[in-house]
Parts: sequence; structure tokens; C-alpha cells
Amino acid sequence: MKHLLTAAMDRDEAVALLDLAEDMHQIQDRELKKLPALRGRTVVNLFFEDSTRTRSSFEIAGKWLSADVINVSGKGSSASKGESLRDTGLTIAAMGVDGVVVRSGASGAPALLADWIGRPVVNAGDGTHEHPTQALLDAFALRRRIHGPDAARGKALDGVRVAIVGDIAHSRVARSNALLLPALGAEVTLVGPPSLLPLAAADGTRLGVRAETSLDTVIAEQPDALMLLRVQLERQAGKVAPSAAEYITGWSLTDERLARLPQTRIMHPGPMNRGLELSSRAADSDASTVLEQVTAGVSVRMAVLYSLLASDQGGSR
Amino acid sequence: MTVTLLTGARILGGEPGELAIADGLLVDPATIDRDTAELVDASGLVALPGLVDLHTHLRQPGGEQAETIATGVRAAAAGGYTCVFAMANTTPVADTPAVVEQVHRLGVEAELATVRPIGAVTVGLAGERLADMGMLAGSAARVTVFSDDGHCVADAELMRRALEHAASLDAVIAQHAQDPALTRGSVMHESPLAAELGLTGWPSAAEAAIVARDAMLAEAAGARLHVCHVSTLETVEVVRAAKARGIAITAEVTPHHLLLTEELVRSYDARYKVNPPLRAERDVRALREALADGTIDIVATDHAPHAPEAKQTAFADAAFGMVGLETALGAVQQSMVETGLLDWAGVARVMSTTPAAIGREPGYEAPLAIGSPAHVVLVDPAARGTIEASRLKGRSANSPFLGVELPGRVLHVWHAGRRTVTDAEITEKQVQA
Repeated sequence: MKHLLTAAMDRDEAVALLDLAEDMHQIQDRELKKLPALRGRTVVNLFFEDSTRTRSSFEIAGKWLSADVINVSGKGSSASKGESLRDTGLTIAAMGVDGVVVRSGASGAPALLADWIGRPVVNAGDGTHEHPTQALLDAFALRRRIHGPDAARGKALDGVRVAIVGDIAHSRVARSNALLLPALGAEVTLVGPPSLLPLAAADGTRLGVRAETSLDTVIAEQPDALMLLRVQLERQAGKVAPSAAEYITGWSLTDERLARLPQTRIMHPGPMNRGLELSSRAADSDASTVLEQVTAGVSVRMAVLYSLLASDQGGSR
Repeated sequence: MTVTLLTGARILGGEPGELAIADGLLVDPATIDRDTAELVDASGLVALPGLVDLHTHLRQPGGEQAETIATGVRAAAAGGYTCVFAMANTTPVADTPAVVEQVHRLGVEAELATVRPIGAVTVGLAGERLADMGMLAGSAARVTVFSDDGHCVADAELMRRALEHAASLDAVIAQHAQDPALTRGSVMHESPLAAELGLTGWPSAAEAAIVARDAMLAEAAGARLHVCHVSTLETVEVVRAAKARGIAITAEVTPHHLLLTEELVRSYDARYKVNPPLRAERDVRALREALADGTIDIVATDHAPHAPEAKQTAFADAAFGMVGLETALGAVQQSMVETGLLDWAGVARVMSTTPAAIGREPGYEAPLAIGSPAHVVLVDPAARGTIEASRLKGRSANSPFLGVELPGRVLHVWHAGRRTVTDAEITEKQVQA
């Protein structure tokens, strides 16, 4: 692996990465959370878009691996003064950094930077395209729930039925999961209002997943996991998104719907809009994996940084 | 008086024959003095009339870092063009006689090719009130084509009045058909691929719906409507139906839409960002067939130079457009001639005779006929070459064909009898002694 730009990977690669994340996960139980693996390496978190959760998670992951982690925010930097994406990337690379973690509002920006700067690049979310580490942490948390934390290693998600619910059209989390989970053997159904389901999902051929507009139909099938996406109705130009009331009626995991799902794991990438995507009872239920997903995020990002940058992983330049 | 005799050229791709140039005109080879004539051995070459581009962005005034009229006509000549129509989206916009006369004058000074300024339909391309079309038509630049290209004349009432004005001036409105409400933030073809790449799609209906509306308006106004850069199968069908109804509608297709598909966008390389966007395979097929059967009348380049910084950025942030003057003939040879859809006489029709007729540019009515102005191109159809940025004669290199092999090579060009290209190089102006 030279970069992590997409969650599109083969089964063996995905399982190996999740297993490496299991190794990293053990650090959670230690008093001293520090591994020397990336000592002397410098990672830049280049965030053109605001993000507290993802940036902190990458920062902790890098620091626990002993890397020097520098946060560069797009706002207030040269990038906001008209400097091109290419010049920003080349400038940071010229300072001798070893790897760059990029969050951008523009789909494809990490792929272009990877071409331009010749250093490992991790996509920390690009526009409405992908968020591969989110998909990896979702797979990690789900795998632990399905097989048990001590028996997850080496396993995939064969036959596990996952429904992803919400604004599919604008969700990079949905895209990355729709690529990664099927590679691990899971069956993915995308669920959302018709105006928020993209063509790819509607025609079903590109991403190889099923699309449904009725959440109740999907609930009747008793999926193994229900992943609720963050919905930002105010962002969807007003005209095309349903109102909050309409959304809740059709696509929210309400208490009433929760009661019909006794065995289903409840997932959410956060931050949650309680009352909109899911009820508080759903968010706080034993079936909820929300906080496990956050913890998994650090382990998965440690695994990714280690794979790309550790010298024994071919990550030296 | 210099007389030039071209021997062995396949005239319009037909039998080898001779062409003679004297005093800027094509003359009867039987009447010239062969001993004093300059001889050009054109064996194996195809002779075409000088090409006419109804849709070029020369960027001057205002965008000189990307192209100037002087550099743009070099690209035009190198591509086999002897006449280009310069789009109005300059800074300032070509909505006053002062601007179109400046463009006209710079074109005359640059020689190499005729530059015909296109006038704006609306003031500042803002789509709010009509430009002074009559004054532009009556200026020294004698504007015959009006377009807000880059923007759609979206307001139906404005479009109606523009068509009515144009009819009275024997001018044509060249519409950039794009419903703005359906294409907010659109950067590529709306398709499963766009959804996969996370890029905002540009639906086919946004083009076809405007063309359908404009065809009805043109019919009611008794006006001529020209559709810029048709890009989809649906639009082809609308144009076909409008023609069947007897509406005075003409349409153009770009070389890139004849050859390339949206798959190229997968790289996120902004060289492939263009408006309208590269479409799907089914659209490419429909466009080729429509050009062959006459539903689409002409090929126009939509040559759109951009400085490197406008393209070296994220796809959504980059400028729309591709340069095309120097690769147009090769792209047409590959997509239309080598596929058997069009012969060379057909190429002359869609790249010279008909665009000149739509733009009311005289001298192209009878291609390569004795007595016509000597606008002549000699192309070697057997040559193949890889397109390289360093070889392009224009100022910008934002070509989708860099590193790509295209057939055909423009070797020699005469514009009104003046040699503008010799052995694929620009013939520089003779300095006055």
C-alpha cells in the first residue's frame, strides 16, 4: 500500500489491515500508550475542511505511534489566500514530511495530491467521494460485534447484512462502506429518500449494492446492522431534501422502529443528530456501537499510518 | 506575381489533381506559366478548403495569460483553419462596437486567419437585457453571430426577443444550451460514474430541454437558431425533430465530444473538465451518427485555452474547457473518416462550407473551385503523431489529447493565397524591406 485513497480493496488486504488494527487496539489496555514504530517520522494533518473528530483521531493515532504530528488547517493558511492545492501540497512535502493526511471538500483532492507530492497520502474524507478510514473503523467495530472481540482476528463479514440509511447521495461514508463491506462478504443495502439516493445506488451496477427507498421494508428483513448517516437537511439546497418531519416519518430509527429490531446492531459515524437520524434510546441502547466505532477509529488509523510509514512496511522513502 | 501550383493532391479526397493559386484566388491550372510557378508536390496529400471554426475562445481582451488573438490564430493556422469566430466572453465582454472592432482589428494585424468577432446576446453576458445587436452588426466588425456562450440565455423572453432581433439582421443566435437550475454546481456528466466519484452531475435533460424550448421560439420568430456543442443523444433527437418540422436550426459538435467519454474523469485530472461535460459511450455514438446524417451540421472546436493554474487544482475548483484548434482535424479523421462515417468531402462540408454559411462568411461556398479565394489545406492522412504540449502553437496546452496519438497531419495552409503553414510550421510574416 502506497497511499490510502479509497476503501476499494480486496478481501485479503482488508482483513490484514483489520488484523493489524487489532494489534494496535491492544494499546487501549496499556497504561503507557506509546509505541516507538514511527519515531522520527513526521505526519501532517492537512485539513482544508473543519473536522474535530477525524483530525483528533488521526492525531492521537500518530502520537501513540511516536510520530511527530503537525496540524495544518486550510482556514487561515496560505490555501485560503489563493494558493493552489498543488502549491500547498508541494510546499508541505518540501519541508520533508513523511506522510500527509488530507481532508478536503473537493472530491478527488487526495488522489491529485498523491500524484503531485510523491509521499504517502491518506484520504481523511474528500467531498462527497470517500472516507476510507471511516469504512475501515466501521468494519472493525462490526467485526468485533459479530464474532466477539477475542475471535475477530482473521475473519471477514461473510453474509452479514448491513443497511446504510440517510443522505446517500452526499455521503462519503456511504460510498466507502459500499466498497469495503461487500469486499469483506457483507451484503449492503442503501436506504434513503429518492432525491438523496445517487444514480449509482439506484442502478445498482457500479457499487454492486442494492438500493431501497423504504426503511420499513428493510427493517422487515431484520438486517444484522443498521448504519444511520448524519443528515444535514439544511445543506441540501432546501428544494430537494424532505423536511425534518418527513424524514423522521420515513427514515429515522425511532423508538417504534427500534422495537422491531431486537437483534440489529445500531451504528452511526457521528456526530449524531438525536431525534433526527435516530432516537436517544436507539443511540444509547446496548445494540449501539457508536462509542466502539470512535475507539476503533484510533486503532484503524494507527494501522493505516503504520502500514504506510513504518520502515519494516516498506514505508520508508 | 507569385503563382503556386499544387500537384498530385487528392482534391476533397477524390482523384489526384492540380490546384493553382494566384492573386489570392484559385485559378485554372491550365492558364498559368508553369516555368515560373512555385511548385508544391502534394502527392499523397488530401486538399481541403480552409477550415472555419464557428466557436473559438481567443481570450483577448482580458485573458491574455491564456491566449491572445495573435497566438490563437497561430493555433488556428496550425490546425488548418483560415477563419475563426471569436466568442464574446472576454473582459470586457464583446457587447459594444468598441470591443468587437478591437478584436477585428487585432485579427487583421495577426494575419494567418480571418477573425470574426461574435457579439454578446446580453449586456455583460448577464442574461438581463439585450446587447445593442444592431450596432454590433453594423460595426466595422460586421457581427453575424451572437452568443452568450459560457452562459445560457436562460430567460425565455430575452431569448425570444434576441431571436427576433437576429432575424431582422440576418444574424444567428448561437445558444449555449444549459438550464442553470438543473446544473447548479455540476462539473461532469450525470451518471453512475459521477455518483461513484462524488462529483456533481450535469443531466442530459438540462441541454435537451433548452434546445426544445429555443427551437419553438425560433420557429415563432422566423429566426435562425444555432446550438453550440451538442453533447447528448437526447439533444440530437430534439434537433432532428426540429429539423423535420422545418425550423431553421443548426447544430455543432466538438471534436472532443466525438472522441472522448466521461471515463477519463476517473483520474480527477481537470484537463478533462469541460462544459458541456464529456458524456457516455451511447452519446458519442449518437453524435457521430448525427454528424454523418446531417442532423448535426458542423464541427466546432470550443477551443478554450486556460493557464496552467486554472487546471492544476481539484476537479470541482478547476476551470471548464479544452484547447482544440490544433487537434480538431485529427480527432475528426479518427472518429468520422476512419470509421467510414464521413468522407473527406463530408469533412470539408462540416468543417468549412457549412460553418461559413451559418456565420455568413463569404468565400467558402464552392470549396476549392476556380475563382474562389485560395483558402487551402493540405493534410497528410497517413501520418500519425503523438500530441505534445511543446509542439502546440497556441499559448495554452490544456489539451485532453496530450500523449495521445491522432491521425493526420496538417502540412500546408494558404489563407487567401498567403502561405500560413509550411511543412507543419507557421510561415512567419515577411518583414517589409
